[in-house]
Amino acid sequence: MNVVIAVVATLLVTWIPALVWWRRQQGRGGDLGGPARRATFETLHTASRAAPAFRAGLTEQDAQKAARHLRVLLDCPALAITDRERLLAWDGEHEHHAEEVLGHAGVTLENGRTQVHDVACDLLDCPIRRVVVVPLATDDRVVGSLAAYGEDTPAGLIRAAEEVAQWVDAQLELAELDHSRTLLMEAEMRALRAQISPHFIYNSLTTIASFVRSDPERARELLLEFAGFTRYSFRRHGDFTTLAEELRSIDRYLLLQRARFGEQLRVTLRIAPEVLPVAVPFLCLQPLVENAVRHGLQDRSEPGLITIVAEDAGSDCLISVEDDGIGMDPEDVRRLLSGDVRPLTDDGDAAGIGLANVDDRLRQVYGPEYGLAVETGPGAGTKVIVRVPKYRPGVTAS
Amino acid sequence: MNTAYGLAGVLLVVVATVLIGVIGRISRTTSDFYVASRTVTPLRNASAIGGEYLSAASFLGIAGLILAYGADMLWLPVGWTGGYLILLVLVSAPLRRSGAYTLPDFAEARLESMAVRRVASILVVLISWLYLLPQFQSAGLVLRTVTGAPVWTGGVLVAVVVAVNVLVGGMRSVTLVQAFQYWMKLTALAVPLVFLLLAWRYDGAPGLAADTPPQFAERTTVSVGLAVTVDVVDPVQVVVDGRVDGQPYENGPLTLGPGRHHIAQNTSVTFPAGAEVPHVSDRPATTDRQWAMPLDGHPHSLYATYSLILATFLGTMGLPHVLVRFYTNPDGRAARRTTVMVLSLLGAFYLLPAVYGALGRLYTPELLMTGRADAVVLTLPGRLIGGVGGDLLGALVTGGAVAAFLSTSSGITVSVAGVIAQDILRGGVRSFRAGTLLALVVPLALAIAARALPVADVVGLAFAVAASTFCPLLVLGVWWRRLTVPGALAGLIAGGVLAGTAVIVTIAAGPPEGLLGALLAEPAAWSVPTAFATMIVVSLCTPGRVPRGVARMMVRLHTPESLAVDRGTWRPKRV
Repeated sequence: MNVVIAVVATLLVTWIPALVWWRRQQGRGGDLGGPARRATFETLHTASRAAPAFRAGLTEQDAQKAARHLRVLLDCPALAITDRERLLAWDGEHEHHAEEVLGHAGVTLENGRTQVHDVACDLLDCPIRRVVVVPLATDDRVVGSLAAYGEDTPAGLIRAAEEVAQWVDAQLELAELDHSRTLLMEAEMRALRAQISPHFIYNSLTTIASFVRSDPERARELLLEFAGFTRYSFRRHGDFTTLAEELRSIDRYLLLQRARFGEQLRVTLRIAPEVLPVAVPFLCLQPLVENAVRHGLQDRSEPGLITIVAEDAGSDCLISVEDDGIGMDPEDVRRLLSGDVRPLTDDGDAAGIGLANVDDRLRQVYGPEYGLAVETGPGAGTKVIVRVPKYRPGVTAS
Repeated sequence: MNTAYGLAGVLLVVVATVLIGVIGRISRTTSDFYVASRTVTPLRNASAIGGEYLSAASFLGIAGLILAYGADMLWLPVGWTGGYLILLVLVSAPLRRSGAYTLPDFAEARLESMAVRRVASILVVLISWLYLLPQFQSAGLVLRTVTGAPVWTGGVLVAVVVAVNVLVGGMRSVTLVQAFQYWMKLTALAVPLVFLLLAWRYDGAPGLAADTPPQFAERTTVSVGLAVTVDVVDPVQVVVDGRVDGQPYENGPLTLGPGRHHIAQNTSVTFPAGAEVPHVSDRPATTDRQWAMPLDGHPHSLYATYSLILATFLGTMGLPHVLVRFYTNPDGRAARRTTVMVLSLLGAFYLLPAVYGALGRLYTPELLMTGRADAVVLTLPGRLIGGVGGDLLGALVTGGAVAAFLSTSSGITVSVAGVIAQDILRGGVRSFRAGTLLALVVPLALAIAARALPVADVVGLAFAVAASTFCPLLVLGVWWRRLTVPGALAGLIAGGVLAGTAVIVTIAAGPPEGLLGALLAEPAAWSVPTAFATMIVVSLCTPGRVPRGVARMMVRLHTPESLAVDRGTWRPKRV
């Protein structure tokens, strides 16, 4: 009995995935209707399979993949793709002609016009006798060529090749668009890197100055902390850092702030050691803490309490910065984070720009579901929660 | 064993675990706070790894297998420790430098392929289920030994405690809790052992070199909980209360002749002093001398031994809950130091179960007859010491066993829930909760439905699957630049299907007789080389599919963090 169960279980485990896959393949075929519709479907399907290969621009690996599908589209015995200097892909048999491609493509690469050449071949059974070379261009600049080989080059093949080339051009332009969008996002990311508030520098220096005579030792220590803080904040390399580094910098910041405010500012930190190595965007907590200090101490005489918590939450890491100060209007926060309005506070710098900035960067790196969460209300304090995945491809502290 | 003391031990550990889990966030209002001093030291991290790693299989299973099968089984603790040596030499530091948090993360980072990631996720879930299954089964065994409750209650209890603990967010200071668990388990085995050894010395330090099978030292009443079939060699006069071979007896005398006898459940059989202990029918009856010799006993033991060595040495690196702990190290160097400490901590721990197994053969041989050799660690203190002292030590051991399931199950549940939530469900807090339940319910159902197997054997199978899938992926991924996406996929699938088939057959039906049975019960020796070969051959056949960022990734994996080199940076994903 048990043996039967075991055999059945094994069969099920191995065959169910195969069956599911087969069914899905079947489902794709389906009924397409008349021959014209079928032809349309097949052409578009082949084209769409070639499309992703061009999305990274003209590279050897991708050209290889695309050439296979393009040859099916043009229905010719061999097809080659070149860039301006070399052969990127040859698809089809008769590879002994592959070396001659650049010779055939030379004129087209020069003047950007379609050319038809004869191909000399000593082999009697070789079907490659003629070639049509069409240019590939983006922004009116010839970046490569497409060569379709065959026994003859009827007008139909030439027209088709030109159409295919235009389609490839469009794909290459999309690739370029992708590339520039990537560059733009990177530039945005760099531009968004938080700035240290000039007020903080000014206030810190005056605070330190006040200690120079009364307590030179303390002044020296504070100055060293200040140096360490600026060194970290002004560093230029790397978009990410570890949570440990970030917290150390915040620690220095709070030390300087406590020197200024004394007993007015109380801080509680609760950090799970497991999350210290997590990579986070550079200076992503600094603006939140700055905000908390401002809100926690504004318009009140009793001491303000700031609580910073970092904890493990499955595959994410949760960091929250909380103050018990005047709070904000949730509606304002919403508008702030959506980038509509940037209200100005009395001391002239835009409060909350820091928040919106951190929010933007988090969303850009980790996706829209990882934006800031703000819990607040007038007079009820503010709690800002950052959720960061512990691992994201490409995100490493440097 | 005294039920009250045993239950007290169970409850104490359960309550302590939940309390530490819920309250255990270290809060500190401070004016001088340094993050640097808070990074986890290698010793604490190593204790945490040990605490999470030492499961019911280590705590109960090894002693039981040694009691039943003898010296060959010493390879289990050796392999489970030695696995960390391979981990240390081949993967620990590069893995930490990769920044990957789970095995699927590593697969994705190294091969830049979502397909490999998905396959890896599925394998992680399957291996974890296979690992959780024996934890629940031995929880049932412990609760039954202590209170006589039905077998399924223990599994349900552990599953509920783990679920509550994980769901209320009780894994916040995991490292501390797990580190504490290691020392607790070590104490729970070591302290009773000191007393046991003293009692053994007092008894005249009997040895295990006789040419006879184990015998009852004195008149002994054996209570059979679950029905068993036993082999009797010499005729023996017994007193039976219950049913034997279908005949009811009420404290009636009976002569068991040579041959096979069926003892129904809830039957007690009283043997006279000096009688040979009957064996469960599917276990070979060995004399003490044979028991103490390696490669003596079951057929194909040479193959089984080598296969076991391969599975345990190579499987450790593929366990989902081990990798997570390495992430806590600040850098690759600390990861290596942690591994070295893990080696010594595990080495110290694994000395103990072997001694329990040997003492069990001397003092609790009736476990060979009831077929519940896994209970030897729990039974010995009460048998050898007795009285309140024995009860207290018994409670301590029981508590340690409960700690063993709880820590291992929580560790695995957290890692597998993360994988399920991220890769199979949509991600986020709700998915994590659903993942937690899914991670627990499936193995719990299996544990209740499947037949009872020696706990260490099932864990051994989980190691075999891990060795046949993730070991090739990690070793080749770290050290071989020509690994390709199709190669990795083919290797993972080949290893997973081969080892998985062997596991299903072994668990569902029991291995068939002969060489085929040996091959299926210990699949590693053929499935691991096959997986490696598949991965290498397919990779060599698809040279065009080497991931683009391989050079960058290799730099990141192998250069110490202190060197300033270009490790690549984040780039926005194409939309």
